[in-house]
Amino acid sequence: MRKAVGRRRTLSPNAAARLPRAADTDGRQRCYEGTLDSAPVITLDGVTKTYAKARRPALDDVSVSVEKGEFVFFIGPSGSGKSTFIRLLLKEESPTRGRVAVAGKDLATIRSWKVPQLRRSIGCVFQDFRLLPNKTAAENVGFALEVIGKTKPVIRRVVPEVFTLVGLEGKENRMPHELSGGEQQRVAIARAFVNRPLVLLADEPTGNLDPDTSVEIMRLLDRINRTGTTVIMATHDSNIVNQMRRRVVELDRGRIIRDQARGVYG
Amino acid sequence: MRAKFVLTEAATGLWRNVTMTVAMILTTAISLALLGAGGLLYVQVEKVKELLFLKVEVTIFLDEGVTEDQRDKLKTELEGDDLVQSVEYESREAAYKRFQELFKDSPDLVNNVKPEALPESFRVKLKDPRRFEAMNQRYSDSDGVDKVSNQQQLVGKMFKVIDAIKTTTFVVALIQGVAALLLIANTIQVAAYSRRREVGIMKLVGASNWYVRLPFVLEAAVAGLIGATLAWISLILAKFFLLDGALDPIFDSGIIPRIPWSYIFATGPLLGLFAVLIAGTAGWLTLRFYVKV
Repeated sequence: MRKAVGRRRTLSPNAAARLPRAADTDGRQRCYEGTLDSAPVITLDGVTKTYAKARRPALDDVSVSVEKGEFVFFIGPSGSGKSTFIRLLLKEESPTRGRVAVAGKDLATIRSWKVPQLRRSIGCVFQDFRLLPNKTAAENVGFALEVIGKTKPVIRRVVPEVFTLVGLEGKENRMPHELSGGEQQRVAIARAFVNRPLVLLADEPTGNLDPDTSVEIMRLLDRINRTGTTVIMATHDSNIVNQMRRRVVELDRGRIIRDQARGVYG
Repeated sequence: MRAKFVLTEAATGLWRNVTMTVAMILTTAISLALLGAGGLLYVQVEKVKELLFLKVEVTIFLDEGVTEDQRDKLKTELEGDDLVQSVEYESREAAYKRFQELFKDSPDLVNNVKPEALPESFRVKLKDPRRFEAMNQRYSDSDGVDKVSNQQQLVGKMFKVIDAIKTTTFVVALIQGVAALLLIANTIQVAAYSRRREVGIMKLVGASNWYVRLPFVLEAAVAGLIGATLAWISLILAKFFLLDGALDPIFDSGIIPRIPWSYIFATGPLLGLFAVLIAGTAGWLTLRFYVKV
């Protein structure tokens, strides 16, 4: 089903959700069947990033692309470049060489005052949850809507929906310190997802969680991925990677040494 | 964007670092008070200068019993004099009227001077003000002339002193102003650092730059406004206790016209606006270039 050519180049998530979904045999789920914009969600093209005073580059001539709807693990030891990769996508850093593109747009062409707009289309989840400590769980999630100018009625409607999605109904008015680690991470995921971003970046989301809770979080991320959101997860949790059998991109000292469709941790 | 949110953030921020906020406000207040005082002084002095100083260079005071012939002869001589640019005759009545106008805020002085006390005169503008001596030589012994007075001599010294006071006031105001701006910059830095977690999360979630910066800029602006209010109050108190109290004789003597209450009241909003703009801008610049919020 193709939407008529007009100002929009992609289908709205609501429309896309009504599309029939097809699972490819190689394990990738492509959910936006009729989109006109077929650019990959993330593209790195010969990207090198060397920090000042560093002896070797954090990322060394990395080329990789992630399509819409994919679920990709970025694995590797500490210092392999996973966090740098995420920072480049958020434009917290700029590459020393090469091209980083999100939804086909070269990040180098984005002016500094437009960077907030870029970040709104990327949901981000971290190991330390990064919730505002003096706001309730609902306020934390609502904050992401507030900063893009959504009105109170909209926020009051949308926030409970997303709390249901992440399985935290009834906990909207708890403060972060009153929630367990897993619950806090769910709130963080809810906040990252509430604006229906293009891609959800997760930087070691299970790093501070016990194995059982980690599995719960992964199931949530999988559910989110099924709605058509691209999920990119940096981790060194081998169990999870082995269980889920998704595309695995392995980094070592800034270089990609493996890019496998249904990979294991190795 | 919720106004309540940003205002409460600004208020909380100011309260969190009370000592720094107080320091910031006090330096701003002192700087603005001096600026206001210097400004008022400047306005008054310029007024007097304009009337006395620039308008007339040399005054040839005429005797009480000067005759019509003498007057006419003098006038012709003056008009033909190559040193003279323009000649203006001022009668007793005109002189008195001008005196009343100039010192209308000092009614005691005006009431103590009778119209007859002021002589008639020729107000002479010289092409070259420095050629006073020549004028003095030429006319001081002429018939009908009482005295040739160089008003520059009379008030020059006094204006020098007043100018010195005025310049000192502005210089101190400037130094205090620099101190105030540095304190504002410092306070903003500390505020941004102590809230770096919240700021980081806001940026992560995609809040626009001005949304993130606004609470801090408001903090600086509010502090500036409070400082301006304190400065205004201090000027009012100074007018009440100092100018109308201890320094009253100076104004009574008629050297400088009194500074009217209306000027003092007008200074308030001006200082306020100035403070808000400068403080707010200083805050914004610190965030943009120094802290990189």
